[in-house]
Amino acid sequence: MGFLDRLFSRHEPPSGRVAKDRLRLVLTQDRAGISPALLETLKDEIITVISRHVDVDVQCVQVSVTQSGRESSLVADIPLRHRQGVREG
Amino acid sequence: MAGRVVTITSGKGGVGKTTLTANLGAALAMRGQRVVVIDADVGLRNLDVMLGLENRIVYDLVDVIEGRCRLRQGLVRHKQLPELYLLPAAQTRDKSAVQPEDMVRICDELRGDHDIVLIDSPAGIEQGFRYAMEPADEIIIVTNPEVSAARDADRVIGLIEAEEKSPARLVINRLEPSMVSKGHMLGVADVVELLAIDLIGVVPEDSNALIAANRGQPLALSNNRSRAGHAFHNIAGRLLGEEVPFEPLREPRVFERLLRFVSPERS
Ligand SMILES: Nc1ncnc2c1ncn2[C@@H]1O[C@H](COP(=O)(O)OP(=O)(O)OP(=O)(O)O)[C@@H](O)[C@H]1O
Ligand SMILES: [Mg+2]
Repeated sequence: MGFLDRLFSRHEPPSGRVAKDRLRLVLTQDRAGISPALLETLKDEIITVISRHVDVDVQCVQVSVTQSGRESSLVADIPLRHRQGVREG
Repeated sequence: MAGRVVTITSGKGGVGKTTLTANLGAALAMRGQRVVVIDADVGLRNLDVMLGLENRIVYDLVDVIEGRCRLRQGLVRHKQLPELYLLPAAQTRDKSAVQPEDMVRICDELRGDHDIVLIDSPAGIEQGFRYAMEPADEIIIVTNPEVSAARDADRVIGLIEAEEKSPARLVINRLEPSMVSKGHMLGVADVVELLAIDLIGVVPEDSNALIAANRGQPLALSNNRSRAGHAFHNIAGRLLGEEVPFEPLREPRVFERLLRFVSPERS
C-alpha cells in the first residue's frame, strides 16, 4: 500500500470488522433463506395488508431478520400514523 | 467400552481437515488411546502422505467395502505409534464407491478394538460428506477465520442440526494473532459468536505445518513442540474430556524464538 493510499484509507474500519459484519449478514440470509430482495417483497406486502386496516407510516417501516444464537426471527417495525393528523372532519 | 467415532468436516475445502485428523490421531495415540484414522476422501487420498505412510499401503477403504480384503488387512500401522492405524482412501475410484451403510458397518467393527475412530471427511456437502457423517458419534468442524470458510461451516452446522446429530464442536485453524490484534482478521470470539457452537480448539497459522507435511511427520509427534503442535495436543485432551484452558494466542516473543533456537527440546 502506498503512502497516499494509507493516508486516504485511514478512516475505513479495520477489515476484520468489515468481515464480521459481512459474515453476520450472509449467515442471517443463508440460515433463514431470505435474500435482501425477498425481504423487500415481504416489506411491500406487509405494508399493503396492514394499510388496509390502519394508517401506516410507509417511509419508516423496517423489516429485518434477527438472530438469537442459531435461531432466526423476522422482525417488522411498523410505525402508525395518528388518526387526527391525517383525517380531517 | 465401545470406541467413539469422530468425524472431521468443514464444508469449504483446504481449511485443514486432513492436517487436524493426522495430528489428532497422533496426539491421541501418544496418550495411549487406540486410534484408527479413516481417509474418507476417496479419489483424493492425502492422509497417508500426511502420516508418512504412503509406501506401506496394500489395500484401501474400497477394497474393504468390496470384500477384496478383511478390515484388519486394510489397516496400516504407524511407524512410531503402534496404537495408531490408517485406513487409506482408494485413489483410483470415486465417492460413489462408498455408501453411508458401508461406513457404519466398518466403524461398528472398529469400535470393538479401538478407543477412537477419526474420519477425515472430504470437502463439500455431497455424497462424501454424507457417508463420512453417517457413523459419527461426534463431529468436529474445521474453519479458518475468514468469511467464506465460516459461511460454509455454518451451512454444515445447519445440515447437522437437521439430521439431529449431537451438536458439533468447532476448530478455528490458521489464526494469526498479530493480524487479529491489528484488526485485520476475524477473532476467535467473533467466529464463535456468529456460528454459535462450542469451541474445541484454536490452531495458529504455523509454517511448521508445511515442514511437517513435507516430512510426513505430524507436528504433534515432534519433541520440539511447535505452537500448532501444542494446539493439537490441547484439542486431543479436550476430546478426552480433560479441562484444558483456552490460552490467549499471541506472537512468540523474540527471546522465546531465540530460546527455541538454542534449545530445541524446550516445548
Ligand atoms: N495451522 C496451519 N498453519 C499453516 N498451514 C496450515 C495449517 N493447517 C493447515 N495448513 C496447510 O493448509 C493446507 C491444506 O490443509 P489440509 O490438506 O489439511 O486441508 P483439508 O481441509 O484437508 O483440504 P481438502 O478439503 O482438500 O481435503 C496444507 O498445505 C496444510 O499444510
Ligand atoms: Mg483433506
